[in-house]
Amino acid sequence: MSSDQTDKLKTRILDALENNHPVKIVGGNSKAFLGRKPVSDNEINTRVHNGIISYEPGELTLTARSGTPLKEIEAVLTDHNQMLAFEPPHFGDGATLGGTIACNLSGPRRPYSGAARDFVLGTRIINGKGEVLRFGGEVIKNVAGYDVSRLMTGAMGTLGLILDVSLKVLPRPETEITRSFEFKPGEAIAQMNAWAGQSLPVSATCFYDGRLYLRLSGSKSATLSAAQRMGGEPVLNPDRFWIDLREHSLPFFESDRLLWRFSLPGITEPLSASDAPMLIEWGGSQRWCFSSLPPAEIHQMLESVGGHATQFRHHNGISEVYHPLKPVIKLLHRNLKNAFDPNNILNPGQQYLEI
Amino acid sequence: MSMVSADYSIIFSPPQRDAIASALRQLLPEDCILLKKEDLGPYSCDGLSVYRQLPLAAVLPKTVEQVQAVVRYCHQQTIPIVPRGSGTGLSGGALPHHQGILLNLGRLNKILDIDIDARSCRVQPGVRNLAVSDAVRPQGLYYAPDPSSQIACTIGGNIAENSGGVHCLKYGLTVHNVMQIKLVLANGELATIGSGALDAPGYDLLALVTGSEGLLGIVVEATLKLLPVPEHAQVLMAAFDDVVKAGNAVGDVIAAGIIPAGMEMMDHMAIGAAEDFVNAGYPKEAQALLLCELDGTREEVEDGISQVKALMMSAGASTLRVSEDNQQRSRLWAGRKAAFPAIGRISPDYYCMDGTIPRNQLPHVLSRMQELSAHYGLRVANVFHAGDGNLHPLILFDANKSGELQKAEQFGSDILQMCIEAGGTITGEHGVGMEKLNNMCSQFAPAELEQFHAVKQAFDPNHILNPGKAVPTLHRCAEFGAMHVHEGKLPFPDLPRF
Repeated sequence: MSSDQTDKLKTRILDALENNHPVKIVGGNSKAFLGRKPVSDNEINTRVHNGIISYEPGELTLTARSGTPLKEIEAVLTDHNQMLAFEPPHFGDGATLGGTIACNLSGPRRPYSGAARDFVLGTRIINGKGEVLRFGGEVIKNVAGYDVSRLMTGAMGTLGLILDVSLKVLPRPETEITRSFEFKPGEAIAQMNAWAGQSLPVSATCFYDGRLYLRLSGSKSATLSAAQRMGGEPVLNPDRFWIDLREHSLPFFESDRLLWRFSLPGITEPLSASDAPMLIEWGGSQRWCFSSLPPAEIHQMLESVGGHATQFRHHNGISEVYHPLKPVIKLLHRNLKNAFDPNNILNPGQQYLEI
Repeated sequence: MSMVSADYSIIFSPPQRDAIASALRQLLPEDCILLKKEDLGPYSCDGLSVYRQLPLAAVLPKTVEQVQAVVRYCHQQTIPIVPRGSGTGLSGGALPHHQGILLNLGRLNKILDIDIDARSCRVQPGVRNLAVSDAVRPQGLYYAPDPSSQIACTIGGNIAENSGGVHCLKYGLTVHNVMQIKLVLANGELATIGSGALDAPGYDLLALVTGSEGLLGIVVEATLKLLPVPEHAQVLMAAFDDVVKAGNAVGDVIAAGIIPAGMEMMDHMAIGAAEDFVNAGYPKEAQALLLCELDGTREEVEDGISQVKALMMSAGASTLRVSEDNQQRSRLWAGRKAAFPAIGRISPDYYCMDGTIPRNQLPHVLSRMQELSAHYGLRVANVFHAGDGNLHPLILFDANKSGELQKAEQFGSDILQMCIEAGGTITGEHGVGMEKLNNMCSQFAPAELEQFHAVKQAFDPNHILNPGKAVPTLHRCAEFGAMHVHEGKLPFPDLPRF
C-alpha cells in the first residue's frame, strides 16, 4: 500500500490558513508524550501519505513519504543488509518516518554513527503558507541552498509538514558483540570516553545499575579482536538489551515520575540531580533521570556544564518542557517560525510556547 | 568578460569612502584597515579568479569585539560586508562587493583550546584546516573533513561552505563534525549555536548556518569534533579499460557492505595528466582508475582489502595494486591530489565544476559530457568522488583565445543542468557563490527560492551579509529564463535539447 496524498495534505493546510484554524500534525501518534500539549484539535494525519518512493542500496539512499511506518522501512533495509544508522527509537508500534524526523530522535548508535539529522539528505515539505517545497536532494553531497532539510529535523512540525524524506542509509555491520563490566558511575564515564578516543569499533555504550555495557560492531575479525583486548563479560540476549534501552523498556524506565533527558558533554562527571541513580548512555552525552528538583535548578545545573535538559516523559505539557533558549537564539527561532509559518498554524506551541 | 554580474536584491547607498574610512578608524587600529587600491588588490578575487572586484575597504580585525564593532557599524549604515578566510573558495563566494567592506578573518587564527578527553577543540575561524589535525595528531586525534585545499583553507571558510573532502562518505561533511559555533549576527550581536553536547535545544541552527556561505552570520569561533586516528589504513588502486566497469565496481563495493574511507575515480585524461606530473604509478592507458582507501583496525582493513580486491577483479579491473606501507599509500594518492595542477600543465586554463549525481547515472553523464566536449571543441577531464557521486569535471580552455572562456562557461553550465536532470545537484561542495546563481534558478522553483530569501530575512533583514550571493532573486531567474527542472523532469521532455 503506497499513496501520494500531497494534494490532500496541501488542501488541509490551505483550509487551516483560510479559517485561521491551526493544525496538529500527527503520524503514528507514538511520540505524543514529547513536547507541549497541542493547542489545536484540527488533526492532520500523515499516515495516509505513505510508501517508499525510491531505494537505491548501491547509492546508500532511500526516499519515503512521511506516513511510511518506520517498521516497513527497517524491514526493507534489512532485506538488503542495510540499516538506519541512527537507530531510531519507535516508542510505539505505529511510528512513522515523518514523526521520527520531526522529533530527531536517535538511539544507542548516535554518538558513533550520527543523529537522525546527520542522515537527512533532503525533504519535501508544505510550509505554513501551503506551498509544497523541496530542499536538499537524494545525493550525499549537496550544498545548493540553505540546509532547510536539517532545519526541519527536530522542528516538531512547527516549520513545515514533512511530506517526503531522503535519507542516507548504511550497511549493517557483519557482527555485533556486547560485553559488560562492573564499574562505578564516574569510572564508567571515564572509560566510555577513553574507548571513544581509540581506534575501536565501538557502536554503543550504556551505564546502568552498576554495569557498563559496550557494543562493538564491524567485521568479524575486528570485533572479536577488540572484544578480546577489552575483556568484560558476555551479555545474555544482547540485541534485546539495546532494543530495550532504545525503546525505554528497561526496568529503569518503569516509573510515572517526571523523566528528564540530560544532553551534555560526555566527559562531565556524574551529576547529582536526583536521589535515584541515572542511566548514562551515548558515551556519557545522554543521561536519564527521574527528578523532582525544580526545573530552573536542573536547567542551571546543566547550563553550568554546557548541556541542556528536557522534560521527556510524565510532564504536564503545559509549561515549557524544553530547555529555555537564550534571548538572542529565541529571537532567531521566532524569526524563522515567521519565515516558514507566518500565520502560526503549524503545530503552534508544540515545541516552545512562542513558536 | 561574460561572467554573470552580482545579484543585488536591494540597492545600497553606503557613505563615501572617506566617511567609511574615518568611521573604521574609530573602531579599529590603523594596521587593521586597508584602503589603498594596491593594498586591496589581493582581495579582489577568491579561487575563482575570473571574477574580480575591489571593495571600498578591507578590514583585518584581531578580536571578536572588533568584528562585532565593524558589523554593527555596517548594520547601522547598511554597508555590505563580505567575509573571507584564505580565499580558496571556487565559486566566488568571497568576491568583494563594490560598495562594501571586505572582512578578512585571517588574523583570528588561534587554536583556543584542545580537550583531548572530550575529543574536541575550540578554534578561531582563521585557523587553517590542516593546522587542526597537525595540532592534535600527537594525541592520536584528527579533524576529519579534508577539502583538497586543506593546507590553506580556513575553518571559518569550511563552515561557510560546508566543505567536504575525499573522506566524507565515511566521516561526513563539515556539518557532521562541528559541535558549536559563535556567530556574529547581522546586527553585531554574538550568538552561540550548537553546544558542547551532541545536540542543542530548539531548531538545528547549526545545520542551517553551516553551508550558508556567509549570508546568515560571521563565524568567529568553532568547536570541532576530533576523531581517533585509525589504527591502520590501506589504499587499493584498480585500473579499468572502461568507465562503466569502474562505476559498477564502486557500486559492488558499497553493495558488499563496505564503506571506504575514500573512493576516488579519475578518467583517462586525468590519469594521463597526473601520471606525467607526479609518476604515481598509474597505468596511462586505463580509461578509469579507482583509488579505494579503507581504514580502521588492522583486522578490519586487511579483511576489507582482500574483499575489495576480489570485487574489483570480478568487475574487470585490468591492473590492481595495494599499498604495503604509508609511503606507497602516499604515492598512490599523490596523483589524485595533484590532479588539478596536473591539468593546469596541459592547458593554459581550466574551469573546475562541482556537480553531484546518483552514481548509477555516471555512464550516461560521462558519455553526454563527451558529446558536449565535441560540441564546444573543448577537452574535459574528470575527477570524481565516486563514493558519494560528487563529480569534478575540469574544462580545459585558453582564456587568451577569443570566446573560449565564454564557451567554457556555457559548457560548465550545461554540465550542471545535466546533473540536475540526472537527479543530482549543481554543487556538491564548492557552493553557489556568484558562479552558480543562474543554475540555482533551474534547481529550485520560485517558491523555494522565496523561502530561502525568507530565511535570509530572518537573520539579516538589511541584507548586509554577503549580499547577492548563493540565492538568486526571482527577477534574475526571470531574466536568465531558466527552465526549472521539476522532479527531474524538464517541461516538454520530448523536445531535443543542446
